Amino acid sequence: MTDLKRTPLYALNEELGGKMVPFAGWEMPVQFAPGVMKEHLHTRAACGLFDVSHMGQVVLRGAGAAEALEALVPVDLIGLKPGRQRYALFTNDAGGILDDLMVANYGDRLLIVVNAANAEADIAHMRRAGLEIEPLEDRALIALQGPAAEAVLEAVTGAVPGKFMDVAEVESSHGDLWISRSGYTGEDGFEVSVPARHAEEFARKLLAHEACEPIGLGARDSLRLEAGLPLHGHDIDETTTPVEAALTFALSQARRAGGVRAGGYPGASVIEEQLAGGPARLRTGLLPEGRAPMREGVPLFASEDAAEPVGTITSGAYSPSLERPIAMGYVPTEAADPGTGLYAELRGKRLPLVTAPMPFQPSTYKR
Amino acid sequence: MKYTEDHEWLRVEDDLIVVGITEHASTQLGDVVFVELPEIETVVAKDDEVVVIESVKAASDITAPLDGEIVEVNEALTDNPALVNEDPLGEAWFFKIKPTDMAEYDSYMDEDAYQDMIS
Repeated sequence: MTDLKRTPLYALNEELGGKMVPFAGWEMPVQFAPGVMKEHLHTRAACGLFDVSHMGQVVLRGAGAAEALEALVPVDLIGLKPGRQRYALFTNDAGGILDDLMVANYGDRLLIVVNAANAEADIAHMRRAGLEIEPLEDRALIALQGPAAEAVLEAVTGAVPGKFMDVAEVESSHGDLWISRSGYTGEDGFEVSVPARHAEEFARKLLAHEACEPIGLGARDSLRLEAGLPLHGHDIDETTTPVEAALTFALSQARRAGGVRAGGYPGASVIEEQLAGGPARLRTGLLPEGRAPMREGVPLFASEDAAEPVGTITSGAYSPSLERPIAMGYVPTEAADPGTGLYAELRGKRLPLVTAPMPFQPSTYKR
Repeated sequence: MKYTEDHEWLRVEDDLIVVGITEHASTQLGDVVFVELPEIETVVAKDDEVVVIESVKAASDITAPLDGEIVEVNEALTDNPALVNEDPLGEAWFFKIKPTDMAEYDSYMDEDAYQDMIS
């Protein structure tokens, strides 16, 4: 594991008993001593601390920053007010998704947070488009998620952003903190960008709170799956459009047909066509009827004896909160109505499952 | 008790061999959420995959440690897969097999050899 990168919290993760594994070029904790199940449930019940410093943090400054970034995403960023964050997608000419990202307006700059596995490609993509971006190598990113996250963070920082997708810059004894009220679990919570040199002491302060425990990437995955949130490279990729991926909420009205700045991003014509006519397939929730977990790659069939699959599972796991297997995947649009019966082929057997709305676990964002 | 390189334990019970997985294996697997047991009276050959275990992390198999016939399975695991983590050496046995040749049992590792292997 010599050429794997290490986050500013690497030593702390090891000290806390994190089981370190390679992930997207980084050495990251997949779990701590309690294990995925307990870590998952602790996050839903109290507060989980996640080292997400492997994610790419990029700053874009200057007049015209929002306009320039708008040319790459189907999202209204000119209308993104200071103190607010929005979910966005880098699209390609076929309307596929190169990556999903968060864009936050900190007044004098935009902070862009991208997936670790795509950070290098995203940076190249933005530079090719002429964006004068500053990738940040000297800041860690720490997520606090769960019903106690607000109390845990407020005890350390004194102030927190008030509502879901609000962002705030907070001066603290741990340096200049850039805090967004968001996350990847369906819970109320925060993602805090902290100077690398302060990251460990800041994390220790947060973990000193009795409600706060370190959580690994394993539980991060099962939490986001329960929340119905897609993972790039699995549930969404360059071959799936935002319409197929059931992410139309992210397509701003201003950038759609008839909007004030309609189109003007890669793949706009494909995406507009799908918005108007409906996509042939859709990402949907799936509930296996039995107890066997169904994971990524499992083919889906319309009937017990159909010869050709109609879709595939893109993520699947046992849900610790629902105590049953859950999954998501792509099915023909006509089969995406909740309750439609399908079959998955697992170890040579066809097993029943039904399509289901997402999220599986209701989200608790503070609106 | 004897042990296989695949982290199974074997225990003799009259003319049967009871099979489970070791504490080490259950820890490595993580929280077990699903167990699929073989049918009773299945005739199996050594190394046949007979049990599917799914943990929160991944699916894995338990293979038959020797030739024989499956004569009993632990249905309790179907309803409560977490037993595999709670009591891997006791209540969480998977199946009992009637071996074709009981002598095969002796070819497996003893406790000391297994501890050496995992340390």
